[in-house]
Amino acid sequence: MITCQQVSFSYEKDRPVLRDLSFTVHPGESVGLIGANGAGKSTLMKLILGLLPCMQGQILVDGSAVGKDTLKEVRRKLGYVLQNSDNQMFMPTVYEDMIFAPLNYMVSREETDRRVDAVLEKLGIGDLKSRHNHKLSGGEKRMAAIATILAMEPEALLMDEPTSALDPYNRRIVIRTIRDLPQTKLIASHDLDMILDTCDRVIVLSKGQIAADGPAGEILTDRRLLEENRLELPLCLAGRS
Amino acid sequence: MNKLETALRDLSEMDTLASGSSCIHRLHPAAKLIATAAYILVVVSFHKYNLGGLLPMGLWPVVLFQLSGIPIRTCFYKLRIVLPLVMAVGLFNPFLDHTVLYTVGNIAVWGGVVSMITLMLKGVFCLMAAFLLAATTPIDVLCGALRMMHVPGMLVTLLLLTCRYAGILTEEASVMTQAYELRAPGQKGIHISAWGSFLGQLLLRSMDRAQELYDSMLLRGYHEHFHYAPIPRFRVKDALFLAFSGAFFALVRMLPVVQLLGSFAVQ
Repeated sequence: MITCQQVSFSYEKDRPVLRDLSFTVHPGESVGLIGANGAGKSTLMKLILGLLPCMQGQILVDGSAVGKDTLKEVRRKLGYVLQNSDNQMFMPTVYEDMIFAPLNYMVSREETDRRVDAVLEKLGIGDLKSRHNHKLSGGEKRMAAIATILAMEPEALLMDEPTSALDPYNRRIVIRTIRDLPQTKLIASHDLDMILDTCDRVIVLSKGQIAADGPAGEILTDRRLLEENRLELPLCLAGRS
Repeated sequence: MNKLETALRDLSEMDTLASGSSCIHRLHPAAKLIATAAYILVVVSFHKYNLGGLLPMGLWPVVLFQLSGIPIRTCFYKLRIVLPLVMAVGLFNPFLDHTVLYTVGNIAVWGGVVSMITLMLKGVFCLMAAFLLAATTPIDVLCGALRMMHVPGMLVTLLLLTCRYAGILTEEASVMTQAYELRAPGQKGIHISAWGSFLGQLLLRSMDRAQELYDSMLLRGYHEHFHYAPIPRFRVKDALFLAFSGAFFALVRMLPVVQLLGSFAVQ
């Protein structure tokens, strides 16, 4: 579904953020992208989405190389949930935000409305439909942001810190929601407990390179590997000591 | 709560007001837009000494405020920052224009005083009408109506995004002001020495957020064309509203209503 082939990127000359990165996310897979601050997680997401130009190497989404000519096609297949839901929800109400993408992709009003209702029902947030975005709580906003992306019916979901700034109850709801989504998922987060709960595979980024790539159960229990990369064991595995 | 936070709350409350369901809210947005534009044109067209002619024009927004269920005080409260500026427009007229228009007893009423009041009222009436339009019509519906009236898409998108980004700018300014105030206790406002870096930071932060918001739009298929809210059909009641409004404007503009009422009362 998503393939990175020897991808490198830098914002400033001689200071590469990503170096020679290669991996593939297969259809239906749920992959966690972890790493310390500045490891390049968000930059990698932006490269996959075509928001930043790939300087070296190639990124393929469903076989199409991400580039100017394929942006529309690629972005239709990818749904991106931003870290800050306020930046994602720019229409007055949840409903208007949800119909934004389908209408841009020329889906009819009737089909769009059907999708909106189906997504809201699936996420159990039907009561938010006509609510004003600025009046939603943090948890509601995050769920609504996920809903706006699901209304696009993307083939893969890219999520940047989906559980940041949420209280335990809302965090649990978001985790459960993510886990139940059937799409291919690439989730960048520092919340290793959430990654353990939602991902089958984990990629550890360190200084712009892949430090480890393997099953979540193995990587997230490897204390030495995590500590070498300025990470820690998930709290649920770290014990109370 | 600092002033910017209040402004931000006011801004977001406009969306809430616009989502009401009164008969004025339910009117076709194009009808409201045309009527408001016509109202402003007619109000502005009154001569500076024609205070008596202008006064009845105040009835239109007052009646509409009543029908929409929005208290007029909400309008004056939300426009409290702009109103003094509007009021200040004709402030110097009494000093510049000493033409005697009327005498009340032994007191001469100068043209400058009349023109000052006329100018102030014109400003207030226009603001009331514009506020009423914004408070009874969601911005995307309004933009949809503008597109329907063949206003260029670029201009309409600009209007819509300006409204959206104004909120972001205010929000960032509010957060920064709060952070400043918390570290400068007892200081009123932001010290002049900090204004340069404050404004620079505000610009950079707002640009970052605006960029992220725009990215979010691009990722959801935006390509310089907004799909505005569906505009309802133009119905008989919309035509009637336009006709009544037009007739009222014409009547007040062409006939000296106040004088006629006065002479009728005297007789």
